[in-house]
Amino acid sequence: MQQAATQGVGKPLRRSEDGRFLHGRGKYLADLHVEGMQEAVFVRSPVAHARIRRIEVPQGAAARVFTLADLGDIKPIMAVSAAAGYQRSNYPALATGKVRFVGEPIAICVAPTRAEAEDLAQQVLVDFEDLPAVTDMYAAREPDAPRVHDEWSDNVAFLGRIDAGDIDALARSADLKVSITTRQARQAAVPLEGRGVLAYRDHRLDELTVYSSTQFPHVIRTILADCLRLPERRLRVVAPDVGGGFGVKNNFQPEELALAALALRVDFPVRWVEDRREHLLASAHAREHGYKLIAYADRSGRILGIDAEITVDAGAYSIWPWTSSMEAGMASGILTGPYDIRTYRARAYTMATNKSPIGPYRGVGRPGACFAVEQLVDAVARAAGREPHEVRAENMVRPEQMPYVSVTKKHFDSGDYPALLRKAAEEIGVAQVRERQQRGEADGRLIGVGFASYTEQSAHGTDEWVARGLPVVFGYEPCTARFTPDGELVLLVGIQNHGQGLETTLAQVANQELTIDPRRVAVRHGDSSLSPYGMGTFASRSMVMAGGAVAKACREMAQKVKRIGAHLLGTEPGVVSLRDGAVWHGDKSVPFARVAEAAFLHPERLPKGEAPGLDVTVVYEPGCSTGAFAYATHAAMIAVDPDTGLVEILDYVAAHDCGTVVNPMIVEHQVIGGVAQGIGSALFEEIPYDEQGQPLASTFMDYLLPGAAEVPRIRVFHTETPSPHTTYGMKGMGEGGAIAPPAAILNAINDALRTLGAELRQSPCSPRRIVAAIRAGAGGRK
Amino acid sequence: MKPAPFEYKRPGSLAEAVALLADQSRVVKPLAGGQSLVPMLNLRLAPIDLAVDISRLAELRGISLEREVLRIGACVTHAEIEDAQPLSASMRLLRAVAGGIANRAIRNRGTVGGSVALADPATEWPSALLALDAVAHLRGPAGVRSVPLSEFFLGAYTTALRQDELLQAITLPARSASLKAGFEKICRKAGEFASSLAFVAIDPSAGYARVVLGGTGGAPLVLQRVGALAMKGSPAEAAAVRAAAQEDLAASGRQFDEYERQIHSVSVARALKKALA
Repeated sequence: MQQAATQGVGKPLRRSEDGRFLHGRGKYLADLHVEGMQEAVFVRSPVAHARIRRIEVPQGAAARVFTLADLGDIKPIMAVSAAAGYQRSNYPALATGKVRFVGEPIAICVAPTRAEAEDLAQQVLVDFEDLPAVTDMYAAREPDAPRVHDEWSDNVAFLGRIDAGDIDALARSADLKVSITTRQARQAAVPLEGRGVLAYRDHRLDELTVYSSTQFPHVIRTILADCLRLPERRLRVVAPDVGGGFGVKNNFQPEELALAALALRVDFPVRWVEDRREHLLASAHAREHGYKLIAYADRSGRILGIDAEITVDAGAYSIWPWTSSMEAGMASGILTGPYDIRTYRARAYTMATNKSPIGPYRGVGRPGACFAVEQLVDAVARAAGREPHEVRAENMVRPEQMPYVSVTKKHFDSGDYPALLRKAAEEIGVAQVRERQQRGEADGRLIGVGFASYTEQSAHGTDEWVARGLPVVFGYEPCTARFTPDGELVLLVGIQNHGQGLETTLAQVANQELTIDPRRVAVRHGDSSLSPYGMGTFASRSMVMAGGAVAKACREMAQKVKRIGAHLLGTEPGVVSLRDGAVWHGDKSVPFARVAEAAFLHPERLPKGEAPGLDVTVVYEPGCSTGAFAYATHAAMIAVDPDTGLVEILDYVAAHDCGTVVNPMIVEHQVIGGVAQGIGSALFEEIPYDEQGQPLASTFMDYLLPGAAEVPRIRVFHTETPSPHTTYGMKGMGEGGAIAPPAAILNAINDALRTLGAELRQSPCSPRRIVAAIRAGAGGRK
Repeated sequence: MKPAPFEYKRPGSLAEAVALLADQSRVVKPLAGGQSLVPMLNLRLAPIDLAVDISRLAELRGISLEREVLRIGACVTHAEIEDAQPLSASMRLLRAVAGGIANRAIRNRGTVGGSVALADPATEWPSALLALDAVAHLRGPAGVRSVPLSEFFLGAYTTALRQDELLQAITLPARSASLKAGFEKICRKAGEFASSLAFVAIDPSAGYARVVLGGTGGAPLVLQRVGALAMKGSPAEAAAVRAAAQEDLAASGRQFDEYERQIHSVSVARALKKALA
């Protein structure tokens, strides 16, 4: 029998990776230096839509300025969905013929320093023939709208349809019909470290080495090899320390392709480090959904059906591998939330516009869907004259219905959704808020309470990705567990750790299975030449997928360690156990160091027939590949200053369940980090475009992010309902924190404004929008 | 976001700095804390030929009180004001203002003179110092001239400072303990640039009252009607103050949209209330 692990699953271990970060010894893209390296700067389009007539390179600079024609025979990026009706487009490494958004890369300039490369870029003249731009997703649907891609029939990249049950019959018979129209802004992901690429030829290995600040180096190697027409064995992709990704580094970027292609053509290493302005202009943007929803409900507020029109402004190109339709597809697939709703119609439009392409950002599709449906639930509660949290609870899937297959075929595996909602309602103190609202505030502000509930599909495997029709099916994760001859352990994994604490938590899993001290475990990742092929870190998958793989590898390893240990102890494997990094039989033990020494250096000490070495490679797939469903309810209490439109968050509660928690300290703070980003979506972050397609927030002067003063103490409450389909019952939770805040905060604001007859339906909830809503509401009352 | 090439000089004296600024053939800018100039250079929005680093010139540093006049050297940082001794009633207000500027890292470098000379409408010092009836002392090739701030700010980012002049110091009345002062900054997040800024200074012993509105698209506005209410010295109804502020805005001849009119009148009423509290 294995002894309880003391630093294993469920323990709040401090993060082993933090030492190097806190001492400034992390090694990010911008910290790398390769002999002879030149810095690259992109000449980017200053216009939203134009034909390129001519690119004029300054005299004498031909060897330092490169356009697409200089990059050789490379393929453009083409993200293709298998879905019928999907309109495809090429996303070239550098624009050719036409530019389609402000910030699109046109040429690369190289120089010994970034500043000199910028000097050069300033001198490259591009002659444009301006074309009318389409900058609004609804205007893009108009028949006479300018076309982003000339060869398309219209600007609809994809129209998704869901028809479940008879919504038209409900429309005729339901007691209540409640409609809302809502919209969320376009954002950037803004990780602490921007994107970046360093590429050079390694002549010794006959390889192209590409360092990229990416979340999935192995997958980048595959697509890069394809676009460069190189065999994969001649490519090595390394993600060094990565300072946050949140999805924006989970794309195959044109800059990655351009730098890699350039490195094949020149005899020096080239590096590009994205600056903040480039990030805000030209990284894959996020969000920007619009919803027109109708709920049909009975008199008590029980929602019988939802009719949804979803529109996503996907920008100019389709991001590989996700495709432009991922946002709309995911939003329509999850729109019914944690609710037991059996009739549902959705039309989900993915619109091409002359803006930066839309890509994944923490939550992917779900923050938009949650934002919309949670407003709808509140509107239904109002129509029914009831408390929103009570109406929510009555509409939720009940624990006795688990496992539950939703109207969109999502397999909710386990949990008690109403219980967490009740917990959040109790902690935020709805009754006390109602009393306080009656009394009024001394400072004239209005307070309100708002809720948002969601499910977080996590660690989805083969079936889910096949259903989405993507070019890659992210169904598994590998692990190689390898002892060293001195008895310590190396875990080689295919995920990429960029803030999640996986170097710690995966070692905790090894401790759980092998009892080895986590300090004697090295977790290695982020290098396509180091670990077995894996998919990277995104979609709240790494703890479940790589954790499952580490557990599986360590279990297999434990068997061999026991066989060798038992032999060294002169007994049978069946009677020994592992404890504190040793094999035990009664009060006799052999430490792993002696087991490993025998395995690697003294095969003569091994049992007969036992192969030398301690090296196990496995691949893990979860038992149910449509994902493990974490869930949560967030509750916000806010104060609105009706004179200025400023909002203060007075209290914020996140009650969540992500199944078995591996490290509660990491989980709690990952929730808090997500909520902070959600507060950004709710109140601050926005990239508007003018009618010519110029982005109006290209520095932090105009793009506001929440700071320490804007993020209140977040009170996190956990319950643990293990998933029946994953190792230990873990569920992913990396994205959840960011999903609910825009909805919870906007609902709280509307609760506060209720006495004024005012209603807000757009995020971020800026002071200007709030004051406008108050004015409109007051006008409406007269 | 790296600057185009420019020359950098660090003169040893104020006279030398002024001499460098006199070169009309090139774009020459004084560099103090660099909190606005350097980002603009990095964005390549305002290329220059020469940066004259004045941040270490002793003549431009130090805060002193002499004969009821407070003198603040142009290169005194926001943080130095925040941390300064409360030498007088005016200084107490300035300390409170300084503590709300951006964040401590910026306050450690940014200077009061840089802020006044730049005249960004969304920043604190132009409006705050105008409310306290400060005077700018400008050093040029021909010597020093003194311009009251009421005549110094000509518009957004536009001042009476000539290209060959350097803001040397700000002086302002120290004010007695009878000074009643209040300010309100409306901004979306802690330390952010202001959407509206209102400063009220009332010194009954000197028969002085001034109300200044910043955060507009132009130079700080002295509000006459609200100033008259302030002079009365007794708390007015918020609605009356807001109405007076709206009249002042209308009388300014500038364009304000509905939202701006609202938050400006709110900030003015709040600042006055604080001053009279």
